[in-house]
Amino acid sequence: MINLSSEIAYDSVWTGLNILQSAIISAQLRFLLSLLLSVEMLEKIILLLCCSCAVAQHLCTPDASDGYKVRLSIKTALEGQAYEWNENEMFLFRATLAFAMRNHIREQKFEVSNIIVCNETPRVSFWFVVTSPESTSVLIGKEDVEEAVRKSRNRINSAFLLTDKTLEFIGILPTLAAPVDPDTPPWLIVFGVVMGIVGAGIILLLVSSVVQKKRKNEMTDDEENCEETRVKTVENGSVGEGVYNMSFSDDERFTQM
Amino acid sequence: MGQTKDSGSEERPKWDNKAQYLLTCIGFAVGLGNVWRFPYLCQIYGGGAFLIPYLIALVFEGLPLLYLELAIGQRLRMGSIGVWNSITPLLGGLGIASSIVSFLVSIFYNTILAWVLWYFFHSFQNPLPWSQCPLNDNLTGYNVECEKSTPVNYFWYRETLNITPDIETSGSLQWWMVICLASAWCVVYICFIKGIESMGKAVYVTATFPYLVLTIFLIRAITLPGATDGLVYLFTPDWETLKNPQVWLDAATQIFFSLSVAFGGLIAFSSYNAERNNCERDALLVGIINSATSLYASIPIFSILGFKATTGYNACLKENIMSLTNYFEISDQNITVENYKQWFDHLNETFPDKVFSLNLRECDLQTFLDQSASGTGLAFVVFTEAVIEMPGSQVWAILFFVMLFSLGLSSMFGNIEGVLTPINDLKLVPKCIPNELVTAILCLISFLVALVFTLGSGNYWVEVFNSYVGSVPLLIIAFFEIIAVIYIRGMKTFSEDIYFMTGRRPNIFWKACWMVISPVMLLVVLVAYVIIQAQTHPTYHTWNPDYERFPQTQVKPYPDWVFAIILLLCVVPVISIPLVAFYKLICRVRNSSSRANLNPYCNGGFQADT
Repeated sequence: MINLSSEIAYDSVWTGLNILQSAIISAQLRFLLSLLLSVEMLEKIILLLCCSCAVAQHLCTPDASDGYKVRLSIKTALEGQAYEWNENEMFLFRATLAFAMRNHIREQKFEVSNIIVCNETPRVSFWFVVTSPESTSVLIGKEDVEEAVRKSRNRINSAFLLTDKTLEFIGILPTLAAPVDPDTPPWLIVFGVVMGIVGAGIILLLVSSVVQKKRKNEMTDDEENCEETRVKTVENGSVGEGVYNMSFSDDERFTQM
Repeated sequence: MGQTKDSGSEERPKWDNKAQYLLTCIGFAVGLGNVWRFPYLCQIYGGGAFLIPYLIALVFEGLPLLYLELAIGQRLRMGSIGVWNSITPLLGGLGIASSIVSFLVSIFYNTILAWVLWYFFHSFQNPLPWSQCPLNDNLTGYNVECEKSTPVNYFWYRETLNITPDIETSGSLQWWMVICLASAWCVVYICFIKGIESMGKAVYVTATFPYLVLTIFLIRAITLPGATDGLVYLFTPDWETLKNPQVWLDAATQIFFSLSVAFGGLIAFSSYNAERNNCERDALLVGIINSATSLYASIPIFSILGFKATTGYNACLKENIMSLTNYFEISDQNITVENYKQWFDHLNETFPDKVFSLNLRECDLQTFLDQSASGTGLAFVVFTEAVIEMPGSQVWAILFFVMLFSLGLSSMFGNIEGVLTPINDLKLVPKCIPNELVTAILCLISFLVALVFTLGSGNYWVEVFNSYVGSVPLLIIAFFEIIAVIYIRGMKTFSEDIYFMTGRRPNIFWKACWMVISPVMLLVVLVAYVIIQAQTHPTYHTWNPDYERFPQTQVKPYPDWVFAIILLLCVVPVISIPLVAFYKLICRVRNSSSRANLNPYCNGGFQADT
């Protein structure tokens, strides 16, 4: 009788133990599982992060198909007032470029993190690529970047106090300044002024010489009249009067042959 | 009875004062050649060494000829035709030859002034139009022709001349050149409107202004960087060149053309002088001032050329520096013009193949200094390029072109005078036509003929005229002038003339020069010149954009019909000398045979021009 109850008690204890064990095991398992899951998540996150970093680094390489090389010549442009190129300047560059991208593609909001820079050299030159704000593994195409830079080239240049020649985007040619085309070419204006003065001078001199000649002719006419009246007086007047006879005083002038 | 009439011959016009006369002669002698021919000759013939043949030619050839012309004009008081007619009617053709040469020279000379005016009109812009290339048609890049050469060359050859590839392609009249030419002739006319009255006032400005500008340029030029290099290069004597006979020939011809003898203009000018005027001192003054001006002008010219060479050399170095800096990613401005050599050597040692792959230009200051130019090339290409680099370019450009214009204008006076005075003396036009009209007609005819030089091929024709009209005919005329005065009129009579005018007879130096040295020198120069010209078929430089070695100028030979024109240009002026001699001989023979038919009213004593 005792054997049966001990057997039942032993059985119940054993099943109880089994249940406990299974409970513990399941709890452990669940704990383990959750641990595993969290580790996996962590790993995934880490992996993702690493992946994205790698992809990002991988996105920006020299001679990348969608990247551009930038070259700055600060000392050439500014000489005495040249500034140091440091992290902050680089940040400004990335921000300016994000601004340019925002101006070009208005629907997307580009951030500073979308501009990835690599391969900096002491020359001050580096490569950059632009990622899309929606998905960081997607790069913005070369043509869009070029358009964006072209549109805002002036603003980018002024942010760094540089010019098209000292802040070069290799591959993006600066747009040539449209020639200033005045309505009247300035040389015609100068020509008009000079010719006006010369023409006025010619007319003045010609007119003055014509006037002079007329005056001379009038004077000689007057002299002729004078002579005639003088002659008449001599013929009519008395002998002793002795009026000066003009017609014979200028004999030396009449050197006709 | 008494009718006052203008006596048979108007009183001969007179200079207001001696200064006018001297300034006119100096202005005539000092011309564009002093500025753009003499410095070039100095440069290519070994700098300071060239001065020796130049001064020898001045003393033994230039001054005697000058004195002779001034003395004979002052004594006989007539223009070139009248003077030679008085000495002997057989040599009346000399005057005609002088007039024809003066006319031909004045035509192309004024075209050069038209070009100077064009550049002057364009100097009032900022930036100067020859400093940058224009854009091409679809505004994507620069004009191709301009990019291959330089903006300065493009402005000169394309926008100014619109030059054709060779002399056979005439092109069309360039309207802008036509109006510039018209304005140049108008300016000449206004100065000449009242004969020497108006011209004498104009020379106060045109003869003195160039000196003022040259002084300003001198002060500016010697302060430019690289000026001393240019001056050292110019004046370093290379005595070896004296062994080359070409140097002596060029010195003799340069002095001869520089003094503007045999044009007839100097004879005309001195004929308006008072009878007793010390023409010996005048001749010495004019000759020495002319040569001194050449020397004085070459200093700023060469300072500026040295500056241009240094700028070119620095630009070449900066190009190389940029290539090295960009390729090796060295920090900006670490390599400078001063330490370029050390950096280059260091990089070449460490990475020779990479440096080689960069194809760096060889930069040598000497090569830049050797780029010499004379004539229009100096003024319109080299100098304009230098002016761009100077601060305040517009001011310097305006000053330079006004100076060139005054220099040319004062020389034009002499040329026109050489044509007008014989016309007046020969009484070719009836009395009723006033002088102003005659001058106007002359200017109009010259303008119409000069339209040839406004064609696309105009520059080539100017070169033809420049090389051939103003060379052999003048030498021949000068030779006959000396023979006529010294041997036909006689040294004795001429000495008496000079005694009458100056109060003392010419000394042994003048006599020796006139009788022996100068004629011999002239003959030698003439013969050598003709031989050298005849040795090679003449060629010329063309601006041909389709040439494979463009922008170098392509050298082409003159076609046959141009060669025929060249021969005509050399022969037509001097053909009048034998023709007139022949004609007068026949007349004399005929007169002596028809002595029986003497008309009692025909008074031979008054046949000669009074």
